[in-house]
Amino acid sequence: MQTYRLTTPLTEADCLQLRIGDAVLLSGTLYTARDAAHKRLIEALDRDEELPFPLQGAVIYYVGPTPAPPGRPIGSAGPTTSYRMDAFAPRLYGLGVKASIGKGRRSPEVRKALEDNRAVYLGATGGAGALLSQCILESRIIAHEDLGPEAIRAMTVRDFPTLVVNDAYGGELYT
Amino acid sequence: MQAIDLREVQERVRDMVMHAATHLPQDVVRALEQARADETEDTAREILDQLLQNQELAQREGLPLCQDTGLGVFFVELGEDCRLKGNGLGETLNQAMIDGYEQAYLRKSQCHPLTRQNTGTNAPALIHYDLVPGDELKVSFMAKGGGSENMSRCTMLTPAQGWEGIKEFVVRRMAEAGPNPCPPTIVGIGIGGSFDLAPALAKKALFRPLDESHPDPEIAALEKELLGEINALGIGPMGLGGRTTALGVRINMSMCHIASLPLAVNVQCHSSRHQEVVFSCRPTD
Repeated sequence: MQTYRLTTPLTEADCLQLRIGDAVLLSGTLYTARDAAHKRLIEALDRDEELPFPLQGAVIYYVGPTPAPPGRPIGSAGPTTSYRMDAFAPRLYGLGVKASIGKGRRSPEVRKALEDNRAVYLGATGGAGALLSQCILESRIIAHEDLGPEAIRAMTVRDFPTLVVNDAYGGELYT
Repeated sequence: MQAIDLREVQERVRDMVMHAATHLPQDVVRALEQARADETEDTAREILDQLLQNQELAQREGLPLCQDTGLGVFFVELGEDCRLKGNGLGETLNQAMIDGYEQAYLRKSQCHPLTRQNTGTNAPALIHYDLVPGDELKVSFMAKGGGSENMSRCTMLTPAQGWEGIKEFVVRRMAEAGPNPCPPTIVGIGIGGSFDLAPALAKKALFRPLDESHPDPEIAALEKELLGEINALGIGPMGLGGRTTALGVRINMSMCHIASLPLAVNVQCHSSRHQEVVFSCRPTD
């Protein structure tokens, strides 16, 4: 198991070198989306509308952060459980998304999408939202502000710690 | 006249709601430290180190332990001899929760079940009431996260299935939940009562501190047996393997119908945020 420092947007080559259990420290931009935001993204795709961020090479972080207290870019911001996004994820991977960050198991359909599209699923530590927020340098809402905690944000991160849970070769880290 | 002033209740409950979001109870901290000492795998130790660092940071900086600051759940025990002075107990607790979530910058997670429109205030609070003997008011608060709640289940077993059936259901539930509810978890189990009572028993069981055994030694032994079987699954911290899948099993029982054996499993993540406050009647004007 190795440690990689990667910068977004991710490339196919970035993903193909990763194996389950590898640590990935991400820097660059993460786009946040959870349940309601995924529904909106898919609806926008169905209507051929432009999305609020480029999917090519994107890393989507499944998170609904707490509001930023004074003097901080964001509040607590750890991962939510990923399976709720399984119905939407294969289509987004098919359009260029290279990684998603969450916690918990993915469906066989998502794991197949990772293989087909040479992409990965990364796990972050659930319930460590205060600690993970220290890696977030900046956060701004870029779409669907009406969704409150579920709005789509662009987060600038440095060395955001993740583990490869599902790689591009069908591997599964969870026992 | 002796009474409890609901203005005082509202202020102290608001403070409790704010405190709970940033302070992990000490029994949970000690259980995580013990788990850290017991684990032999590097990954499991690393995860537990992160969780311990997280609670230190949250407390020091006043940041929520987890971004899921939960639904506001109250269990109220109201002494039958209490007199309450003010605007109504339910409204008082709901407003205390709203104020706490706003003032401590907590996430508002309550929404309409179909439109998914966020209420924007985390209201309504979920309040369970019990009338008890005496003249005190006890308010227990829990910030209950959705990830672990989603892994919870309720079932109606047959009396013939008995303890073996209960064990099989609980262990299978925790195996299927796997990494999803943020292990190491605390497993609240409601046995008996009825279809509606069993889950409430399970949720209330989560308030008992991890270092306090069940007062009935036979039930305490059952809790220990179940904890052993859950930890034998090897799911480990965050589902990455290890000896600690659960920090504790808490059973709450009630009598039930001769035809039934109701069973509920309420899963609680390691971020087990709960607190209690007791009010006594005092002379008022």
